Amino acid sequence: MSKIWLIVQREYLTRVRKKSFIIMSLIGPLLTVAFIAVPVLIAKMSGDDKVVAVADAGNLFADKLPDAKDDIRFVRSTPDLAQAKSDFKAGKFDALVYIPKLDLTNPTGFQVFSRKGLSVSLENDINRAINQQIENRRLAQSGIDRATLDKLKANVDLETVTLSDTGEKSSSSGVSTAVAYLCGFLIYMFIFMYGVQIMRGVMEEKTNRIVEVVISSVKPFELMMGKVLGIAAVGFTQLALWVLLSVGISTAMAGSLSPEKVVQDRADRATAIVRPDTVKDKAAKQDNVAVKMMTAFRNSDLNVPLIVACFLFYFLGGYLFYGSLFGAIGSAVDSETDTQQFMLPVTMPLILTFVVSQAILTTNPNGTVAVWMSIIPFTSPIAMVMRLPFGGVPMWQLGLSIALLIGGFVFTTWLAGRIYRVGILMYGKKVSYGELSKWLFYKG
Amino acid sequence: MKPILQVQDVRKQYANHTALDGVSLEVPEGSIFGLLGPNGAGKTSLIRIITQITGPDGGQVLFRGEPLNPSHIGQIGYLPEERGLYKKMKVGEQLLYLAQLKGLSKADATTKIKRWLDRFDIKTWADKNVEDLSKGMQQKVQFVATVLHDPALLILDEPFSGFDPINANLLKDEILAMRDQGTSIIFSTHRMESVEEMCDHIALINRSQKVLDGRVRDVRNAYRSQTYQVEGTGKLLLIHPDFEVLEQKERENGHFYARIRIVHGTPNDLLRYLIGAGQVEVQAFREQIPSINEIFIRRVRETHPDYVPETDSMPA
Repeated sequence: MSKIWLIVQREYLTRVRKKSFIIMSLIGPLLTVAFIAVPVLIAKMSGDDKVVAVADAGNLFADKLPDAKDDIRFVRSTPDLAQAKSDFKAGKFDALVYIPKLDLTNPTGFQVFSRKGLSVSLENDINRAINQQIENRRLAQSGIDRATLDKLKANVDLETVTLSDTGEKSSSSGVSTAVAYLCGFLIYMFIFMYGVQIMRGVMEEKTNRIVEVVISSVKPFELMMGKVLGIAAVGFTQLALWVLLSVGISTAMAGSLSPEKVVQDRADRATAIVRPDTVKDKAAKQDNVAVKMMTAFRNSDLNVPLIVACFLFYFLGGYLFYGSLFGAIGSAVDSETDTQQFMLPVTMPLILTFVVSQAILTTNPNGTVAVWMSIIPFTSPIAMVMRLPFGGVPMWQLGLSIALLIGGFVFTTWLAGRIYRVGILMYGKKVSYGELSKWLFYKG
Repeated sequence: MKPILQVQDVRKQYANHTALDGVSLEVPEGSIFGLLGPNGAGKTSLIRIITQITGPDGGQVLFRGEPLNPSHIGQIGYLPEERGLYKKMKVGEQLLYLAQLKGLSKADATTKIKRWLDRFDIKTWADKNVEDLSKGMQQKVQFVATVLHDPALLILDEPFSGFDPINANLLKDEILAMRDQGTSIIFSTHRMESVEEMCDHIALINRSQKVLDGRVRDVRNAYRSQTYQVEGTGKLLLIHPDFEVLEQKERENGHFYARIRIVHGTPNDLLRYLIGAGQVEVQAFREQIPSINEIFIRRVRETHPDYVPETDSMPA
């Protein structure tokens, strides 16, 4: 036992000290933070409002300029075009819109002046504002007002509720899907990343021939298990670092980046200019997607302790299930190129689960296919963690899945151990499946 | 002398060939035991059983009288034919790791590493990565790793391959010194002539079977063929029923060289005949003692008349 511990230590320390590990540990959280921060940042940056001057010779906006919309604010300029142009040159406006005297049935002659050319979105927004005002005028002419028209439009929000024995739970399939994908992807990635590390490690020892020295001191099975466990510890360290660093960095940035803060910022700036109420209102509306996500996550009835516990179990279980198989592959071949034929059948169920997850797991998380995939150990590490966030997984399914996965990795470890002890001493031989199956029955 | 290791009727069968077919031998304590045979004879299979890398299909191995078990691992040191170290590990850490796997405590291992590195004058390598060392340097490190835990039984598989002559000599002295301190050494090689002088005992293995074993002196005596090498001047004309000329060469200035087998009689009879009736002047006269290699070939031919010496080499 103490020898396995020595091996675990060596595997762990040599890997954790590698540059690639340190780089991966830093890049992971940065990516995660970037993933969250970029949308918020973009929202913040667009806080650079464009100010558009309106020279309203046609009195289109006689009573009221268009409300500030997205990033655009409108201000009134003199209706005299020549004067407005010279003001525009002197001023800080981003664009100058000229509205000529116009005929409502056939409005023409609108012009936009800008210093550097207009962005498509700005042009669209100006266009829309004018169109809408003309529509309003026309509506008024026909005796309908805008408020009546708006009332006619319908916009319904659906609240999804899980109905189960324990009562009603309001849930958000959006949040569930996001959590499901995050968990599924992490497990998928870690099994692959660290499975391949086991394989490489075994191959390194085999091609280096150090294996013969080592297994004259320890049993091949101990060497394999030491490697599998050592690399598992590396995986957990990496995961822990990612979580800690991600949380750390996001909290550090949260001060300046939280949606509430952004809204407040923009409202403050807006107050300094014109029509504080509308601007604040609009800004709040615009940012409410981000806020909605946060509150949805807070309000969603995810069983967080269960999901975290199961995630950790399937993370480790899936790794152990596949890890030793990767080790067996490494022991059976002499070079990386020979691994292909054995890799495919091992990785197929994993890839398959991840591919069908979109079609089946997240759209019908409690359908027959999803249920079976979450029970069979080949696919359960990914399938089960992707089902759990949607709720409604009966305890017996979870229990069966866990039991089968434990049985599964005991079996694959045994199987891999049989192949491993023969494979690592077999040099310069191309191995077939038939050969591998014979190794299973060799005596010690 | 009590044997440190007894191999009794060991069999090992692989899928399509028999690696060991009832091999028995005894390694006496405190001697150098040569395990000789061509490549593919079964030497490595036997060594892997002794080092407990694999188990025998039949028979048993006794270490100091007890059946081999994992508690013996710390008393056996093994230098495999195919050398290997972790390339990206520092020499010091690597030695520490391997010594701890053999059951040494960290403190014990550290002092021993220091002593051996001093002895081989390679102290400065301790903090170098193995991949930064030359091949010969790596061999030295590997040898240190093999003997670090002071094994009672040291198994060296082709120990001199990869060493330059200077380091090979250093290694040889080291091995002899360890023998003198009481370490038993099994020395496996297919280059039989290279170890004759070092070995006290030998066993010859061919085609998964032991063909011969014993003390080197006894083996060679047993295979003496009453053949003498004679050099001298004069015209050698030998016609006598007791003596058979195996080979005769004329050299410049009336010198000759001959190999003569005594069919009947003693070396003195031959010498008397040469000086008297032979009418030659004898300058050198010595018994031709067969080399282990010759004995091996002769022994194998006795059992397998169709034997052709294998030059190279199935993987062991």
